[in-house]
Amino acid sequence: MAGVAVSTTINGDAVEYLCQPDETLLEVLRDRLGLTGAKEGCGTGDCGACSVILDDRLVCSCLVLGAEAEGRRVETVEGMAHGDKLHPLQQKFLEHAALQCGICTPGFLIAAKDLLAKNPSPTEEEIRFGLAGNLCRCTGYDKIVRAVQDAANVMRGA
Amino acid sequence: MNFDPRYSARNFTAVGTRPVRPDGIDKVTGRARYGADFNMAGQLVGRILRSPHAHARIRKIDTSKAEKLPGVKAVITAADLPDFTNGDAAMYDILDNCMARKKALYDGHAVAAVAAIDARTARQALKLIEVDYEVLAHVTDVDEAMKHGAPLINDAVFTEGLDEKPVKPSNVTKRSQFGHGDVHAGFGHADFVVERSFRTEQTHQGYIEPHACVASANADGTADLWVCTQGHFVYRQHCAQLLGMDASKLRVTSSEIGGGFGGKTHVWAEPVALALSRKAGRPVKLVMTRDEVFRASGPTSATSIDVRIGARKDGTITAAEATLRYSCGPYAGSWAEVGAMTAFACYKLENVKTVGYEVLVNRPKTAAYRAPSAPMAAFAVESAIDELAKQVGMDPVDFRIKNAAQEGTRSSYGPVYGPIGIGPTLEAVKNHPHMKAPLGKNQGRGMACGFWFNFGGQTCTDLNIGMDGSVSLAVGTIDVGGSRASLSLIAAEELGIAYEHVKAVVADTSSLGYNDMTDGSRGTFSTSMATISAARNAIRTLRERAAQMWDISVDDVAWEHGHAVAKGEKHGNLGKLSLKEIAAASGTTGGPIAGHSELVADGAGVSFATHICDIEVDPETGATRVLRYTVVQDAGKAVHPTYVEGQYQGGAAQGIGWALNEEYIYGKDGRLQNPGFLDYRIPVCSDLPMIDTQILEIPNPNHPYGVRGVGETSIVPPLAAIANALSNAAGVRMTHIPMSPPRVLAALEAAREG
Amino acid sequence: MEDAVGILADSSGTAAILAGGSDLLVRMKGGFIEPDLIVDIKAVAGLSDIRETAEGFSIGAAVPSAVLGENAALKKAWPGVVEAARLIGSKQVQGRCTIVGNLCNASPAADSVPAMVAAGAKAVVVGPSGRRTIPVETVPAGPGRTSLAKGEIIEAILLDKRPPHAGDAYLRFIPRTEMDIAVVSAGVNLTIDDKGSVKTARVALGAAAPTVLLVEEAAEVLVGSKLDEATLERLAKVCSGACRPIDDKRGTIEFRRKVAGVLARRAATTAYQRAGGK
Repeated sequence: MAGVAVSTTINGDAVEYLCQPDETLLEVLRDRLGLTGAKEGCGTGDCGACSVILDDRLVCSCLVLGAEAEGRRVETVEGMAHGDKLHPLQQKFLEHAALQCGICTPGFLIAAKDLLAKNPSPTEEEIRFGLAGNLCRCTGYDKIVRAVQDAANVMRGA
Repeated sequence: MNFDPRYSARNFTAVGTRPVRPDGIDKVTGRARYGADFNMAGQLVGRILRSPHAHARIRKIDTSKAEKLPGVKAVITAADLPDFTNGDAAMYDILDNCMARKKALYDGHAVAAVAAIDARTARQALKLIEVDYEVLAHVTDVDEAMKHGAPLINDAVFTEGLDEKPVKPSNVTKRSQFGHGDVHAGFGHADFVVERSFRTEQTHQGYIEPHACVASANADGTADLWVCTQGHFVYRQHCAQLLGMDASKLRVTSSEIGGGFGGKTHVWAEPVALALSRKAGRPVKLVMTRDEVFRASGPTSATSIDVRIGARKDGTITAAEATLRYSCGPYAGSWAEVGAMTAFACYKLENVKTVGYEVLVNRPKTAAYRAPSAPMAAFAVESAIDELAKQVGMDPVDFRIKNAAQEGTRSSYGPVYGPIGIGPTLEAVKNHPHMKAPLGKNQGRGMACGFWFNFGGQTCTDLNIGMDGSVSLAVGTIDVGGSRASLSLIAAEELGIAYEHVKAVVADTSSLGYNDMTDGSRGTFSTSMATISAARNAIRTLRERAAQMWDISVDDVAWEHGHAVAKGEKHGNLGKLSLKEIAAASGTTGGPIAGHSELVADGAGVSFATHICDIEVDPETGATRVLRYTVVQDAGKAVHPTYVEGQYQGGAAQGIGWALNEEYIYGKDGRLQNPGFLDYRIPVCSDLPMIDTQILEIPNPNHPYGVRGVGETSIVPPLAAIANALSNAAGVRMTHIPMSPPRVLAALEAAREG
Repeated sequence: MEDAVGILADSSGTAAILAGGSDLLVRMKGGFIEPDLIVDIKAVAGLSDIRETAEGFSIGAAVPSAVLGENAALKKAWPGVVEAARLIGSKQVQGRCTIVGNLCNASPAADSVPAMVAAGAKAVVVGPSGRRTIPVETVPAGPGRTSLAKGEIIEAILLDKRPPHAGDAYLRFIPRTEMDIAVVSAGVNLTIDDKGSVKTARVALGAAAPTVLLVEEAAEVLVGSKLDEATLERLAKVCSGACRPIDDKRGTIEFRRKVAGVLARRAATTAYQRAGGK
């Protein structure tokens, strides 16, 4: 199969790559661009570990073709910190021990970032339903929800 | 210096605090590298061909077409994995599970594998492998497999542990028995008897990270393996043995692990990856798909359990009996045995008898899952206990308090208990505000107890003090949930320095002596013991160096709060030397300062828990929601309380999923129908409430700080806690796990009609 | 649009249409389809728009469910259709999936379809022989199959303008709170007169047969009533009876029958309330 040339923006940087037409964005990020923050937990959109933001929409990168990123903006967990300054969500996840094994954490951070961007003052229920597309097997979600609540407070300047 | 592991009370400065974990930043920035995040130059993609049949003889495998496909660099079958197991039956089973030698024993059993230049070529190559199967009758149900005339999975299996030696082969590999007293007499004294049968379906650990490794076999007979594992030393030993290599020639580096819960304590595809690499002469990256993880790694047992418990009017249990049938997959195991040991462990019983049967079925090989075998037994026993309490007319908590095991009780599985937490957790629950919270329509509250042994095991640790006074701690137990933070706290505590100056890393197999895997809740328990031992050895050296710097006897030097202090009036003017100062001078006093420890951590200390659960059931659909959940568990000493809470919450969440929705669903054709996260339904964020935790600390007398294992016990009570809550909400006694809506609705309707 | 149709009609081998990809990529991952050609219709002009006209709404085939949920006018007029579309998959899937994709994937358990059928929605089909408009219930022909010919693409879904006192609702049963495929579902669309009696009704059941069931007998039960208890009981019974479900990994025949009736009752009640009924 002939490769597809793609020009896109990832975490604010202009990026170009060549990919197969049937390659997913997740495969491109991990195997071609070395951005292994997004994880494959299932490959079928059931676990959210591969979550990225595509033009301000939260998506599973395993359900997007690499070719579809043409001309669009992709945000991954690698773009959340600014230099050595962590994003408030990253900071609060650490403080609240909202991660144990950490494999689901990049997906949760991206999903929570999207949630708070659209709803800066979510209730506990809104957080839980907003993050329902991200599976965690270690924490039981309690400390994740608390970390998001705390980060929301910080980001609102409360 | 001999290490004394006994507990001694002290005021802690570092232990018990809640600093941020050292590996955290990499995990929140995406820099942390898990099994599939590593690549080697020139690596090939490995893929495995799996049997679509539950039970079939493999007549022939023709790989010639696959081998000719351009881009394919190696194709292997069992023929490429000669038998080096030397009569070790357990290792032979592992070998056969990695790649079927004569029969495919379950849907998903590996029969061949390829290494190719890319994923597409590998996929195409698999399609070109021709396997000639002779399909055989299969059996996937644990009770069906025990019946006379059931399809035989291994005709060389004759049941062990029976009074009369059997003449015919069977699917039952072993019978085990535990207990003491005379249950027959005991039931004779009972005023009330509850007798029930229960079933639990097979579940999977459900870790989000699929198994992944990169294997590189070199031409000189050495090899490297990068892999996500709970035990890199175990993996090294098993892979080396199966490939006919010296263990010292195989270097295993563990990646960060994306969840294991017991499922990554066994090798699955790693020997295959090494064999592919050996044949191809290039590194091979082999990552399981989610489908393969469910079909071909190691889920729990499915079980069928009969329980009978009798009590007097005053609530004293007079006899307790259980027969436990556990599925093992196609290979022998000791799962029912552990269930038989844990079933009545919470109680003080004069007459108790438990019998376990290990049953072969055409399902993937059973592996450990967090307190393996205990949740199912506890489901049966704690459900029956609740019913019995009702019949006697006692509050369920009071009934358990009356019969709870204590220090000095002879356990149902043999040993006599030291100081234990079951009584304290029950008292704590009795007084917990959760018990007094009001309940609404269609809501009910249930509680249940749980037990786990916890393990010690072989542990090696290296503690090195840098010349700037910073401390490097190399451990060999995999960090599944933050143990590097806990161990740093322990090292800091023992040395008397700030936590910030300690960095803990998980070393590879070439750098340390053998370490048992992270299972049995032993990660923090054993490695903290070894860390304390290593630190005490280092302190001995620090004292010797200080003595040298002062030119006094080492017997006059004490170690206090991170400093060497000269004792005795004659040395009164000597002041103190900090660890940093001694380290800075170490180059002239004898060289680098370190402490090592190789030990077998013993006396892990059993851990008890009591849980409270509120549920609401929709009477028209059977849908059940958990409204409120509380975990009370004894940790001995919580080194890092936040991570202990995390273990309590995580175990409870897994138990809730197991209780309500998780199960392996097999078709009549013996094929697994739900090998994915869509239809293998683990709890999502909106399914659960906040999970409250209360940590009790009854010190373990066999650990210097009183630490007990904590990671596993909290998965044990939820199944019965929820069943008991449903009973109280809707008057139905559920005996089949999971209590999914169709089962609950059927029970509700039967109750309404009856 | 014409270009897309032409490429598809002329294609040899397996061709697939890509909008959200939340079904296509899953099927590709599972090895169920290996397309030689994928036509991404998101770039086609107009397909990402929701247009409100005098006749009602036209929802372009590339509009993701999340966007549907952000359209205030559509939510006001057709809350049932919107809530159904918003139940497909996870939050991540919502940013991608489309109701047209949901319809054409032809799963018996598709979430948006019972609501669209109850709403009397129509599909605008563009193909080599031109444009035609058909009721959505004629699109799925069986599990995984549609009635569309080679080269045909659905361009938009049409929903009528709402009269006053109209309401619709969609409910599904899943064992968890999110993420599951519907075990059984019900979509109800009602209009009521100014005395609160049901004037027109459409009741559709999902995951209860190979394709969505439009249960006319259920509609007849509702018409003329004020949704009293006896009517709702009869509605439930008729719906349970109309089901032709199977036993599978998501539910049993008995459970689906029973719960279809329960959901029809609850959805009808909500639709009635939305229409202004008490």
